[in-house]
Amino acid sequence: MAAIIFLIFLGIIVAGGFLAAFIWAVRSGQYDDDYSPSVRMLFDKKEKAAEEKTKEETQSTTITKN
Amino acid sequence: MELQKFTYDNKITRLFMNATILWGIVGMLVGLIIALELIFPLMSQNIPWLSFGRLRPLHTNAVIFAFVGNGMFTGIYYSTPRLLKTPMFSELLGKIHFWGWQLIIVSAAITLPLGYTVGKEYAELEWPIDIAIALIWVVFGINLIMTTVKRRTKHIYVAIWFYIATFVTVAVLHIVNSIAIPVSFLKSYPVYAGIQDALVQWWYGHNAVAFFLTTPYLGLMYYFVPKAANRPIYSYKLSIIHFWALIFLYIWAGPHHLLYSALPDWAQALGVVFSIMLIAPSWGGMINGLLTLRGAWDKVRESPVLKMFVVGITAYGMATFEGPMLSLKSVNALSHFTDWTIAHVHIGALGWNGMITFGMLYWLLPKIYNTKLHSVKLANAHFWLATTGMLFFAIPLYFAGFTQSLMWKQFNEEGYLAYPNFIETVVQILPMYFIRVFGGTLYITGVVLMIINLIKTANAGKFIQSEDDEAPALHSQSHGVDKGHRIIEGKPVIFTILTLVAILIGGIVEFVPMFMVKSNVPTISSVQPYTPLELHGRDIYLREGCYLCHSQMIRPFRSEVERYGDYSKAGESIYDHPFQFGSKRTGPDLAREGVKGGPIYKPDSWHYNHFLSPQKMVAQSIMPPYPWLISRDLNISTTSKKIRVMQTLGVPYPEGYAERANDDLLKQANQIAKGLRDGGIQVEDTKEVIALIAYIQRLGTDIHKPANNQ
Repeated sequence: MAAIIFLIFLGIIVAGGFLAAFIWAVRSGQYDDDYSPSVRMLFDKKEKAAEEKTKEETQSTTITKN
Repeated sequence: MELQKFTYDNKITRLFMNATILWGIVGMLVGLIIALELIFPLMSQNIPWLSFGRLRPLHTNAVIFAFVGNGMFTGIYYSTPRLLKTPMFSELLGKIHFWGWQLIIVSAAITLPLGYTVGKEYAELEWPIDIAIALIWVVFGINLIMTTVKRRTKHIYVAIWFYIATFVTVAVLHIVNSIAIPVSFLKSYPVYAGIQDALVQWWYGHNAVAFFLTTPYLGLMYYFVPKAANRPIYSYKLSIIHFWALIFLYIWAGPHHLLYSALPDWAQALGVVFSIMLIAPSWGGMINGLLTLRGAWDKVRESPVLKMFVVGITAYGMATFEGPMLSLKSVNALSHFTDWTIAHVHIGALGWNGMITFGMLYWLLPKIYNTKLHSVKLANAHFWLATTGMLFFAIPLYFAGFTQSLMWKQFNEEGYLAYPNFIETVVQILPMYFIRVFGGTLYITGVVLMIINLIKTANAGKFIQSEDDEAPALHSQSHGVDKGHRIIEGKPVIFTILTLVAILIGGIVEFVPMFMVKSNVPTISSVQPYTPLELHGRDIYLREGCYLCHSQMIRPFRSEVERYGDYSKAGESIYDHPFQFGSKRTGPDLAREGVKGGPIYKPDSWHYNHFLSPQKMVAQSIMPPYPWLISRDLNISTTSKKIRVMQTLGVPYPEGYAERANDDLLKQANQIAKGLRDGGIQVEDTKEVIALIAYIQRLGTDIHKPANNQ
């Protein structure tokens, strides 16, 4: 079946491309930090970040008071 | 650390957002129309472009490429700059991308109802539109990848990885599956044939689900769910692991669409094994999305956005559990060709893609209009309409699929089929089709509420054209040694990806036709190319979308062999450019329709009257009438070109046959028409119906030839 062989060949090229990207990502330190990116993405802007932080803090204090 | 100032452009986000809403409602309304047509077959009023076979491709293409496509671009153009702390690479490329994509959609909306189609599911668009899709897709890819190169954050957030995988893989899939040789401006034949074509098509089809409907939306999930809940994703580590696992596994699962077909067993097994393995990364994604809301379920109660995300992610989990189950051969034996498949894909489309899109819009629009959502109550109403609508859609179809399949397989005590008349099994499930329409109506009503809500929100607010932000340049963040290196480190990646795409386009275009034509599918000496008249008939069969309701693949089960005739062999379809196995049996299988003395053979006159009025021949039939086939003249000026293209594809017509093909055509047409006239039917030789009858009477007959000679 020519089509199967062709698709397996193509699949390996694509997977190989992904593998190269994966190796690059690991080597370049993309995954050295696997926590803070998830928090950082929550803040769009500097001033807004600070604003939201205080909001969150006041919220949590109210909750503890309750 | 010096801070650089830059702006995010909201105009492009808004454009894509408007397009998502517009095409969403269009795609869904077309869906509603065709759902009704399955109950009221005369609804199309004999208007060709309103018939089920013409509109069904429009529905699927509109929902997948127009609604979900624009939905993903909305989210990508909003989140990518913010995650990478840089504007999109080029506003111009963004505009070309937007308007190009809308132009493609409009051309699809015109050509599909007019019957210009390749005849391959979800890849129906003809070659000029396919080329446009490839070009616009590359524009999108350059814009996306160059934005990652120009980023100001060292780390590339997981959502971006999902977007990149989407671009790369869809490019490869689309190009490989669309290779065809043109006959005219809006007609072409795919280079692959029969089982080979089926394999390439479902490799594409399955991965279109994976990389067009799944990975970009997972990217959106990883951006919008944390944003809307204002808490980080449950496990960033899990997001990385499940991303890489998902993209490595998905690409191999395609053959599960061809279980029990003539595809070699080992290839079927390969598809099954990878499909089962896919549960792990898929559920990794679902768990990660849902658990992000741990400790925040109080917010879910109040926020319609989060509610929609929760149902969307749950639907994703259900669909990705069901998928592997449907890939098991024993389950597939029951589910394949039934409404079960329709239910399955709608859990994905209405649940996953729909709900994530709605949630995103409800969160995004107030944000870029600097206001609050007009009415939370209305959004909650939408949520309940969408959720119940989805259930009223899917659950009846599960029953319908199950019921019909069991009826197809049922034997009575004497060893005969318990329901030999296909129509009995259709009538049985019609009530379920009614409930499906009800579910769909609820769902669309919800979308209408959303549109009202969003318009009122937009009117109350003021559109923010662009937002300012600032961040240090990338190189100033890195350690001294890396200075300078960081700027160029992204480039090899781009380079590699673009090279990969370039190599694939170049290599494939030159190498595939040569490779595929001389394929080693087991040939059967009695299998001959179609006659010119049959070839024209086949093109009409494609044009009317017959393959959307009739399969041409008899599986090796006793129940199917009894009902339809000998099971289908790989060697029988080697001249089928494209293959027509189909994926749904709304009507009976036609693989052996032409075999005289076979279980479903009908004479020419029956077919003629049936096309004129199916209900006259089978009172309860849900097939629409095709009177235009009888009044329209067959266009025989393209015959020689068609034959020549087929010769290029390796179909063994004799040398110089193209020039004398019309002589044979007229002779065969005269023979059929004369037979009809002898039976008292007034018909001319050169009407389209004659060609279609010729094709249908040819189906499955090749391997029965010796028997006919007796």
